[in-house]
Amino acid sequence: MADTEAQPSRSRDLDKLLLRPGNLVGANFDPGEELRDDLAKYAKVLVVGAGGLGCELLKDLALSGFQNLEVIDMDRIEVTNLNRQFLFRFEDVGKPKAEVAAKRVMERVSGVNIKPHYGRIEDKEIDFYSDFSIIALGLDSIEARSYINAVACSFLEYDSDDKAREETIKPMVDGGTEGFKGHARVILPGVTPCFECTIWLFPPQVKFPLCTLAETPRTAAHCIEYAHLIKWDEVHSGKAFDPDDPEHMKWVYNEAVKRAELFGIPGVTYSLTQGVVKNIIPAIASTNAIISAACTLETLKLASGCSKTLSNYLTYNGAEGLHTKVTEFVRDKDCLVCGPGVLIELETSITLQKFIGLLEEHPKLLLSKASVTHQRNNLYMQAPPVLEEMTRSNLSLPLFDLMGKTTKTTLHVTGTTSKNDKKTSALRKLRVVFKGVDGVTDMDTAGGA
Amino acid sequence: MIKLFKVKEKQKELAESANGKSSIKKQSAGELRLHRDISELNMPKSCSISFPNGKDDLMNFEVTIRPDEGYYLGGTFMFTFQVSPIYPHEAPKVKCKTKVYHPNIDLEGNVCLNILREDWKPVLNINTIIYGLFHLFTEPNSEDPLNHDAAAVLRDNPKLFESNVRRAMTGGYVGQTLFPRCI
Repeated sequence: MADTEAQPSRSRDLDKLLLRPGNLVGANFDPGEELRDDLAKYAKVLVVGAGGLGCELLKDLALSGFQNLEVIDMDRIEVTNLNRQFLFRFEDVGKPKAEVAAKRVMERVSGVNIKPHYGRIEDKEIDFYSDFSIIALGLDSIEARSYINAVACSFLEYDSDDKAREETIKPMVDGGTEGFKGHARVILPGVTPCFECTIWLFPPQVKFPLCTLAETPRTAAHCIEYAHLIKWDEVHSGKAFDPDDPEHMKWVYNEAVKRAELFGIPGVTYSLTQGVVKNIIPAIASTNAIISAACTLETLKLASGCSKTLSNYLTYNGAEGLHTKVTEFVRDKDCLVCGPGVLIELETSITLQKFIGLLEEHPKLLLSKASVTHQRNNLYMQAPPVLEEMTRSNLSLPLFDLMGKTTKTTLHVTGTTSKNDKKTSALRKLRVVFKGVDGVTDMDTAGGA
Repeated sequence: MIKLFKVKEKQKELAESANGKSSIKKQSAGELRLHRDISELNMPKSCSISFPNGKDDLMNFEVTIRPDEGYYLGGTFMFTFQVSPIYPHEAPKVKCKTKVYHPNIDLEGNVCLNILREDWKPVLNINTIIYGLFHLFTEPNSEDPLNHDAAAVLRDNPKLFESNVRRAMTGGYVGQTLFPRCI
C-alpha cells in the first residue's frame, strides 16, 4: 500500500456514493465533501450486540465512514464464539465482548472511535438511547428486540394530524440470522412497521409437553429437557438452574444420558444438551457477513440519503441455492407501541372518574368501563375486585396529579366498545395533552415548522 | 437525515447542561396486553387472584382455586403466574405452590396442561389458563401423567385414588410422601 495517497484513497469508494448527484437517491440528498465529513462527525450509531452479527456490524460501519460508534453487550467471550466472531482471539476468552470488539476495530481502522458498554440493555437510562442517530441491532432474542423497539418508539412524537415528527424518529436497522437464513430490516418508527407491528412473523417456540418428558420420551431432546425441567427441581429444591454455569450443564448432561439409556434413546451429547437448554441455533459466519453488509448499507443510506432505503424487510435464504426477497410490510395503525394513539385535550382539573366518563362519549373511542394505566402505574382497574379496591381511591383525584403533572404524555385504556350493537373489548393508546399549563401547549403546536 | 443529526448535535452542544431528565418507565407491549387480560378476568366463582407486589406489578400474581366438585372438592390450591415481557408470544410460567396428590401435577409443582406449553397460542389469555387449571381438578386425567403413581392409581382403582386424595388433602402420607393439609 502506498502511503503517500493514503488520505484520498481511504474514502475513494465512499466518495463515489457521497460526492456525486444521482437519479436514484433518497429525499434531501445533498452530495458533496461536507456530507462525507458530516457523516464522520455527526452520525452516531449504536450497535446492540457484539456477537456474530455485532462484530461484523462494527467492522462494516467503521469501514463505511462512520467514526462515532458505541456498542453494548452483556456477554463475555466463550471458546465456541471464536469460529465466527472474528474480532476475538483465544486469549480473549472470558473478557467482555463489547470491550474487545471495540478495541480490535479501533486498532485496525484509524480515526474511528468506539465506546464499549458491558452490561444489559435494560440497565441503561432511556436517555442513553436518545443520543444516537441510528440504532443497529445484532441480536438473537425477541425480548431484546422488543425492548429496544419500545425504547426507540418512546421518542416518537406525532403532530396534531397524526403525522410522525421527523425530528423525533429514531431509525433502527435490525439484522438476524439462523444458520443459512437471515433477515435485514429498516424500522422508521411512525413510518414503517415497528417490531411490535409484525411480531407475528416469529414462529412460536417449540415446547414439549411435560408429561411426554416425564413418561414417554422419544428423542434425545426429550431426555435433555426432562433433566433440565423436571429432574433438576426434584434434586435441587429451590436452587435455580443457571445455563451459564458449566457445572449445572454437566449435571443436566449426565442425567440426560442416564435417562436416554433407560429408554434406549441414542444421540445425547454435551453439545446437544447445550443446544437444547440454551436454545442455541447454529450460526454460519457467511450468513452473518451477508446480513451485516445489508444492514450497514441501509445505515449508510439512511444517514446520507445516497440512495433509497430498503422497504422494508429483506429475507435471505442460502439453504437451497440462494434466495432473497424484499417484502413491504405495513404498519399496524393501532399499534400500541408505534401508533399515534388518540389525541385528547384535557383540563388539568379533570378527575380520573370524569375522564373515564369522557372516554365513553369520545367519538373515536366510545369506550365504556375503562381501566387506565400510565407507564406501569395502574390508575384504575375495573376488575378483578382486589385491584378495583386498591385503585378506587384514585377516582376522585385529578388525572393531571396522578400522572406526575406532565403536560404531555401517553396512557393506555382497556374497556368495551360497541360497534353495530356488537360489544368488543379494546385496548387503546391515548395521547393526552393538558390545556393551559404555562403556555406549553401553545408553544408545542407552533413548533411544528 | 444527516442534516437532522447535525442540527440536533449542534443544539446539544449549545444547551449542554439544560434539560431536566425525564425517567420514563417502559411498559412493554406484553404488559399492556396483560393489563387487558386482567381487567377482563371472568373467573369461576371459586377462584381468586392476588397481587403480592401490589397494584402496579401485574406480571407476577397468584391464583387460588377451590374446586367445587370432584375428587378435590373442599381443597385450596395456589398457583403462581410469571408473565414474560413478550407475552402473549410466550405462555406464562405457572407453578402449583400447594403440594398436591394429582396425576397431572408433580411434587415440584410442575403442571401438565397443554395450553401452558405445546398448545399455547397468543389468542389464548389468562382466563383460559385459569379455566384450564380449574378443569384439571374436576377432571384429573391419567393419560398425561406427571405424577406416575397417582395416575396409575386413578386408572386402575378410582376408589383408592379418591381416598388417597382425601388423605393427602387432610394432611397425611400417601406412600412415602407427606402432603400438608389444604382443606
